[in-house]
Amino acid sequence: MKNVLDSVLEEKHQGSFEFTAKDLKSGADVRWCAGCGDFSVLAQVQRIMPTLGIAKENIAVISGIGCSSRFPYYMDTYGMHTLHGRALAIASGLKIARPELSVWVATGDGDCMSIGGNHFIHAARRNVNMNVLMFNNGIYSLTKGQYSPLSLKGQITKSSPLGVLDDPFNASALALGAGSSFVARSYDKDAKLMKVVLERAARHNGFAFVEIYSNCVIFNDGAYDGYTTKENRFDNTVNLEHGMPLVFGKDLEKGIKLDGFRPTVVSLTDGKHSKDDLLIHDEADTTLAAILADMTYNPTVPQPMGVFHAVDRTPYDQRTTEQLEHYAIQPGAGDMNALLKGNDSWEIK
Amino acid sequence: MEKQEKYLDGLTIRFAGDSGDGMQLSGTQFSNTSGAMGNYVNTFPDYPAEIRAPEGTLYGVSAYQIQIATKEISTFGAFIDVLVAMNASSLKVSLPKLSKGAVIIANESGFGAKNLKLAEYETNPLEDGSLSDFEVHSVPIVETMKEVCADLEMSPKFIERTKNLFALGIVYALYSRDSEHTIKWLNEKFGKKPVVLDANLRALKKGMEYTAVNDEFTTIYKVEKSEVEPGFYRNITGNEAAALGLVIAANRANMHLFLGSYPITPATEILHFISGYKKHGVKHLQAEDEIAGLTSAIGASFGGYLAATTTSGPGLSLKVEAMGLACILELPLVIIDVQRAGPSTGIPTKPEQTDLLMAMYGRHGDAPIPIVAATDAADCFNMTIEAARIALKYMTPVILLTDGYIAQGTNAFKVPHIEDIPEMSPTFATDPETYQSYKRDPETLARMWAVPGTQGLEHRIGGLEKEDITGNVSSDSENHQLMTNLRQAKVDGIAKDIPLLQVHGEQSGDLLILGWGGTYGAIKDAWNDLRCDGKVVSRAHLKYLNPFPANIEEVLNNFDRVLIPELNMGDLKMMIQGKFLKRIIGLNRVDGLPLQTNVVYNKVVELLESKEG
Ligand SMILES: Cc1ncc(C[n+]2csc(CCOP(=O)(O)OP(=O)(O)O)c2C)c(N)n1
Ligand code: SF4
Ligand SMILES: [Mg+2]
Repeated sequence: MKNVLDSVLEEKHQGSFEFTAKDLKSGADVRWCAGCGDFSVLAQVQRIMPTLGIAKENIAVISGIGCSSRFPYYMDTYGMHTLHGRALAIASGLKIARPELSVWVATGDGDCMSIGGNHFIHAARRNVNMNVLMFNNGIYSLTKGQYSPLSLKGQITKSSPLGVLDDPFNASALALGAGSSFVARSYDKDAKLMKVVLERAARHNGFAFVEIYSNCVIFNDGAYDGYTTKENRFDNTVNLEHGMPLVFGKDLEKGIKLDGFRPTVVSLTDGKHSKDDLLIHDEADTTLAAILADMTYNPTVPQPMGVFHAVDRTPYDQRTTEQLEHYAIQPGAGDMNALLKGNDSWEIK
Repeated sequence: MEKQEKYLDGLTIRFAGDSGDGMQLSGTQFSNTSGAMGNYVNTFPDYPAEIRAPEGTLYGVSAYQIQIATKEISTFGAFIDVLVAMNASSLKVSLPKLSKGAVIIANESGFGAKNLKLAEYETNPLEDGSLSDFEVHSVPIVETMKEVCADLEMSPKFIERTKNLFALGIVYALYSRDSEHTIKWLNEKFGKKPVVLDANLRALKKGMEYTAVNDEFTTIYKVEKSEVEPGFYRNITGNEAAALGLVIAANRANMHLFLGSYPITPATEILHFISGYKKHGVKHLQAEDEIAGLTSAIGASFGGYLAATTTSGPGLSLKVEAMGLACILELPLVIIDVQRAGPSTGIPTKPEQTDLLMAMYGRHGDAPIPIVAATDAADCFNMTIEAARIALKYMTPVILLTDGYIAQGTNAFKVPHIEDIPEMSPTFATDPETYQSYKRDPETLARMWAVPGTQGLEHRIGGLEKEDITGNVSSDSENHQLMTNLRQAKVDGIAKDIPLLQVHGEQSGDLLILGWGGTYGAIKDAWNDLRCDGKVVSRAHLKYLNPFPANIEEVLNNFDRVLIPELNMGDLKMMIQGKFLKRIIGLNRVDGLPLQTNVVYNKVVELLESKEG
């Protein structure tokens, strides 16, 4: 008898590759507040998915719990809205079982880095091939405004009326430390950057972690305005491009130079520095990635945006498949009677 | 001197020594050989809690106990008839369980000054007359083996390691065991190490000779062959049986298997076995914790796999929230809980049945999950397959309860032919015209199962309440009532699909012993003894705890009094009293031991005399 899963999948093999962003709308009312940053992520995800060459039925979106984790309900793909913090573990099981699927995870800063922190570091370490979109609004929104592990020290929230006492995680540094083979950052207000980053994540063969600054208009409004508004983004963010020097500013008049391991801002117009002095981005360089991640909470330098780090490492799910393929041709493979009998049996006549 | 011959109905033998003395090996060989000779066998390994306890200590004793018999037996024996003691400590800890007149084979060199001190003996028990109730044979095993292996290129330390086979040889000859099975096994195991093989074969042979030529042994014993059904047999632990059950269930359902698990005593071996089945296409993930063990299995199940997780009490506690998710998702899953003594870390290596109420009620919200239980090691195979069958047919997680005793003990497993195990026929939805994620089979109430990769069936499931049929998110009050009713009705309906509860003995009357799960052997042996002694008492054993078999109420009502022996403070008792308003007499033990036959026997005798209840 043929495996039921294999036969169902073979039977429906032609695949729906021709679909549009509109086809990805599930029809469920999107219940986010007007102005919520999460809308822009949804729009970009729906825009890029049809361009990836993946059949629509092979896409699965898994989420945890939180405002952002409502995401799968709005996508007309296979989806599962799971438990607070557990999306990555569920997605790992799905991906290991079904490596041919394109698995996406929608998770919040609390979902991913607080209650789900253990699953996060281990999914990154194993390099399970999936795309993890962490909607960082710096707050627990669904539960109406308590501080998260990514809220800033001193932040006033419902559960910290006198200011948060703890230091936040540095999400990209945590991802790098856990061995994530792809680490990137984007934000709600820059659709173009978001599109590029999401495409890169989707095409990455391995664990792709994307931190997305997403504005919660209700409980942490303006948290990222210092970097993300039209007025501020030129001076306070730097877009990373592989092989290119780190330049920023409205007229690309500034750059980042390494002073030892310390990134410093230099002017390209005062005659003292040229582009040749600047730090050149290399996505494969782990040391550099750590330096870039460390810029996150450094007020003297802009925040890096884009792909911090991308390296090729065989994903866990692929290793599982390869291991099984290797053993499937060993003598006795699939011989259930031999398995049942074991190697120390006897016969009663 | 001519030796006498004597026939025994059966005997209980215990091999005891240090962790490194190879007692588990001797025990396994004695039981497999006895099985191969057509006796009933039942075993239990008794490992020290410490990984490598210091040599010679009381707490470092590692033992393996076997009961063999001509008639069917279901326990590893309450009292020891033959003790093989490799050192003073192993003698000391075994003494309280020796039957009167028991045979003791003692390894002389394990009773030196140091060993006696470690065992807290003032004088050598082999010499001070304190063992006069027993038949003691003090054997110079190590000295003899050094002579026997003098010509081999082997260090004294390695030669000493053959002492377990020497001891095995002694008891093989004494109890007329055929050495052929062990010789064959040794050849397979040490075929690539000729010197080791040679030394071990010599040890076995020398041990047998020792009994034959030594006049201390006046009698040779025999245990007659049983009326065992013809076929292939093997000894199997419950954990191996459960692992096999998962693979075979997947095969019979024509599905791929996924196990997500985190190591925990006494369930870990299931993970070990499964991870060794790579050539049979099994996928497994040693997850970062028990939550990920179960949730990764939920992911695999969503992907169309037969998915399972294995654990013990502390791990089950961590899985509670995800079990609720699996319940509302209505995805098939097998959750195996090898129960151990709690609360908290408790006594990890000791069995209990203290997770029944957690399995039954340990979730927030109304979250019914079917529960089945295995009766003995070999039954772990059947009940794992049964759990998978129910899970797949009814689209539900199913909890299988075993315990540390049946998981690590063995009994003979009649090896089935794969074709004799019924096929299961899970189906995946394929038709976009008719598919709705919470549309149900009118018969089973199972919802339709569509897997990612199926064109046109894209849908979302999740932990939020779903609208009947469409599966849309819904917080409508009537719908929630309806969905709660449906989830309950689906589980209740399984009662039509499971065997009725069988009563052994009179079908009605004064007293029924009702057991569940791994206490089967003790209750059955106690009941057999009671019947032999002319006592009027019936017995029944539950393997289905949720739902109960359809006729359970009728069975309960056919008896004036019902005794429930269980290894907890009254879990099943409470469930039965609550559901059927029938007063139950509890026999509740949490002493870290498997249920003891004599405890059940004595309680029944007391009840029959007192009319209490
Ligand atoms: C086990 C558990 N604990 C707590 C909650 C309550 N809870 C739901 S969402 C959430 C935090 C959400 O924050 P985040 O992940 O940042 O998502 P956001 O709503 O901000 O998008 C909490 C604490 C829950 N649902 N489950
Ligand atoms: S509360 Fe905040 S995060 Fe939630 S939907 Fe509204 S704006 Fe978005
Ligand atoms: Mg948040």
